[in-house]
Amino acid sequence: MYSYLVLRVVAKLLMPFILLFALYVQFHGDFGPGGGFQAGVIFAAGFILYALIFGLQKAGRVLPRGILRFGIALGVLIFAGVGVYNLLVGGKYLDYSAMAQNPVHGQHLGILLVELGVGVTVASVMIMVFFTFARHRNTKGSD
Amino acid sequence: MSLFGLYNYWIVVFLMMAGFYVVVAHENLIKKIVGLNVFQASVFILYITVGKVQGGTAPIIGENFTIYSNPLPHVLILTAIVVGVATTALGLALVIRIKEAYGTIEDDEIAALEEEP
Amino acid sequence: MALTVIAIIRLRNLYAVVMLASIFSLMAAAIFVILDAVDVAFTEAAVGAGISTVLGLGTIALTTSEEKKPTRLKLFPLLVVLITGGALIYGTLDLAKYGDPNAPAHKHVAPTYLKEAPEKTGIPNVVTSVLASYRGYDTLGEVTVIFTAGVGVILLLGNWRFIGRRREDNDV
Repeated sequence: MYSYLVLRVVAKLLMPFILLFALYVQFHGDFGPGGGFQAGVIFAAGFILYALIFGLQKAGRVLPRGILRFGIALGVLIFAGVGVYNLLVGGKYLDYSAMAQNPVHGQHLGILLVELGVGVTVASVMIMVFFTFARHRNTKGSD
Repeated sequence: MSLFGLYNYWIVVFLMMAGFYVVVAHENLIKKIVGLNVFQASVFILYITVGKVQGGTAPIIGENFTIYSNPLPHVLILTAIVVGVATTALGLALVIRIKEAYGTIEDDEIAALEEEP
Repeated sequence: MALTVIAIIRLRNLYAVVMLASIFSLMAAAIFVILDAVDVAFTEAAVGAGISTVLGLGTIALTTSEEKKPTRLKLFPLLVVLITGGALIYGTLDLAKYGDPNAPAHKHVAPTYLKEAPEKTGIPNVVTSVLASYRGYDTLGEVTVIFTAGVGVILLLGNWRFIGRRREDNDV
């Protein structure tokens, strides 16, 4: 699809805004609608748009497979790690009140970190699934 | 008139049965997965309509509002949607593998191929 | 919405079916906004209209875009579906009315969440705080499911050339 000038220019214009919007949704989810799940999906949608228009190879150079595989596991690890950290500092598993001096701040921090973990995993899984589907077609064609 | 308040459930039942029919009656595996998605969406709508409170607003606490819709169904469905797309992706991946192994994605043709030695 | 679903049932062209499913998702998202579930609508719009459409089209590209059998009405499944639907509608007669503030669903934990969550977590969006804090275990489980599904897709479709020679596809 690289040959369509309009698509290419519009996608290039939109990309930073989509990614910025995803980050806004991620970190503003406490105050407005949003959160890790939505942000991850929007982030992934942005990258899939990029991959659809500029081709898999370019998208693969931006986000190599290793990073994605790492990200899939990293998100779950952040989530579970926050829980374990709570155990270590004397709270209950996934009870964030013990994470800071003030229980309210602890809760806030915990929620932010957990949402970050959710976002990382969701985004990585969605992009990875798309790349895997698309690469599968390419390898099948070459066989 | 009292029955009118239940129409949201009937919409859900219709969508659910439509999805169910696609899953049961169609042989094509991709269509079956789309049917499952419709079924899933009907369950989502059921939960969200249960959570709605007359005159309420979205459950984001502000100073000007007193009535909020129930946040709990929203939480459950929010996670369910994303899990749903992940499992759909897994199902579609299985369909692709089946196509490669059998050369078809029609359920009855696969069954016929299985019976042949 | 009902029309879209009927079209999904009748159409044989899978490309059109996937597109209609995407439209169906978008309408569901609009309904969620009307029903005050902004977070859910957000997710549904991004997931249903965006990613699942792309995945569906990818699958069609890898397999086939036409359903082979003519879609005629099958009687036995239709009968089963009608009976189930009738039973479900009979079941709805006992349920609470739409939007009823005194429904049992709104009497259990929801008032506690709405009252406590902003004070205890300092976060005005109750959905976020319930998701991450009150129901943290739930969410951890869901994230693990997504993780597992992702790993499953990679295992099914990734090329594992480095493990050894790929199994020959048996031509049946």
